[in-house]
Amino acid sequence: MPEFMLLLYAPEVEGAQERERWAALPVWEEITESLRKSGTLVANGPLHPSSSATTVRVRGDETVLTDGPFATTKEMLAGFYLLDCADLDEALRHAARLPTARYGSVEVRPLRRSAP
Amino acid sequence: MSFEAAVVDAAVEAAVVEAFHTERTAVLATLIRLVGDFQLAEDALQDAFAAAVATWRREGVPRRPGAWLLVAARRKAVDRLRRDKSMAERAERLAAEMRLHDPNEAGGVGSLGDADNDTASRIDDDLLRLIFTCCHPALDLSARVALTLRTLGGMTTGEIARAFLVAEPTMGKRIVRAKRKIADAHIRYRVPPDEELPERLNGVLRVVHLIFNEGYSAAHGPDLVRTDLCDSAIRLARLLSELMPQESEVWGLLSLTLLHDARRGARSDADGRYVALQDQDRSLWDRGRVSEGLRALERTDRPGTYQIQAVIAALHMQARDPDDTDWTRIAELYSALAQFDPSPVVKVNHATAIGFADGPRAGLALLNALRDDSALAGYQPLHAARAEFLVRAGDLSGAAEAYALAIGLSANAVERSELERRAAAVRRSEQA
Repeated sequence: MPEFMLLLYAPEVEGAQERERWAALPVWEEITESLRKSGTLVANGPLHPSSSATTVRVRGDETVLTDGPFATTKEMLAGFYLLDCADLDEALRHAARLPTARYGSVEVRPLRRSAP
Repeated sequence: MSFEAAVVDAAVEAAVVEAFHTERTAVLATLIRLVGDFQLAEDALQDAFAAAVATWRREGVPRRPGAWLLVAARRKAVDRLRRDKSMAERAERLAAEMRLHDPNEAGGVGSLGDADNDTASRIDDDLLRLIFTCCHPALDLSARVALTLRTLGGMTTGEIARAFLVAEPTMGKRIVRAKRKIADAHIRYRVPPDEELPERLNGVLRVVHLIFNEGYSAAHGPDLVRTDLCDSAIRLARLLSELMPQESEVWGLLSLTLLHDARRGARSDADGRYVALQDQDRSLWDRGRVSEGLRALERTDRPGTYQIQAVIAALHMQARDPDDTDWTRIAELYSALAQFDPSPVVKVNHATAIGFADGPRAGLALLNALRDDSALAGYQPLHAARAEFLVRAGDLSGAAEAYALAIGLSANAVERSELERRAAAVRRSEQA
């Protein structure tokens, strides 16, 4: 079965808004558990805030590091799920279940199996 | 070349062209399922058509050209995969599948595409798979439209590019990109399961309706109507009504497109000038389209976005003359339509119907309230309707202003010149 990467993007929040998001923890646990039970889940995890990111580019022989995420936008990569799905429709269905889809967005990307 | 040979050549070429028009879509639909890849199927079918000319000349035109093309294209697909070393495994799997399902393989054409019921329903299933795949919501809307026209609407990439005023290479890239995304993102070649079907069918109908609208009131360019797009959309709606006759909205859409298209010949005069519905010569309406449209409407069994719009179109056309139009009923229908489609454009149509039913001031009150809606900021018909009612209400300077706004917003040359003609008439009576 093809694997799909679900990339969870959301605006970074602090204080009360952050606590509000963490209050949804049981929802996350329930979704993750159901994906694990059905054998769909390959891996998942929340990420530290984008301020902890380091972006690597090699140009010529030089390795250039940037302190920060790839693109500085309002919505940041906040976590990911790697899922084993029958097809895109199934992956999109799981993506729509995630709370991030409501206040942020979830990008669904198929994993590449071979060279083009 | 002898005379006899030339006659045979012409007959074979005619048979290939005929097969291209009548069989290509259905063969492609099945081939994509069999080889599992959109682009490979298209390329292989292209090879098969090229081979058909020579082979049919030598061996005669086969009894069932579609079945011949399908078998030939499968072989071509295997050949193509074998040429690509990294695809060798897939090629052998496909070749093995062919031998498995095709006992007559050694003898050539024969076992595939027998015209029994089972095969007919299998072809229908494949056509539906193709439609739902081309209209998959994970594809950009413009890509859905282009891919649907290319694979199901019988249009070439060049024709589609011209219809949407884009360069042909741009349109070609858009179509190739869509096919690649279908393969890479694992969009499955299937009819959606029951629980997803209503929403996905709406998406398909939306694509077909968009194609029709783009053709019927070409937003840009010199011509008012792009007949190739209208014809393609009607063909697609007809195909859907054959494949999904139980779906009321499919009939609604077919009816809507036919009833609108029936007026095509009456919508512009001999000089290419726009003729509004109330001024149209009703004898120019296409009676065949009207009766097919009304028959399709009878097949609907519940109100829906397209069904209601088709009823409105039918009411317009059934009036003996424009003054006889039942505007009160039409206004009610637009209210009902707003339940399904609460878009500001529907509100404009409702307000316009009210204006004709209850007088210009009632229409203007509703239309003026819509002017603040930012979604309508560039919407020409709002201002054209206001201008019309302002004339009727006797406010000529207001009407002139509204016409100026409408003219500024019109991107279609035919429509704009009609608005300019009306604006000039208002200015003349203002001076008088």
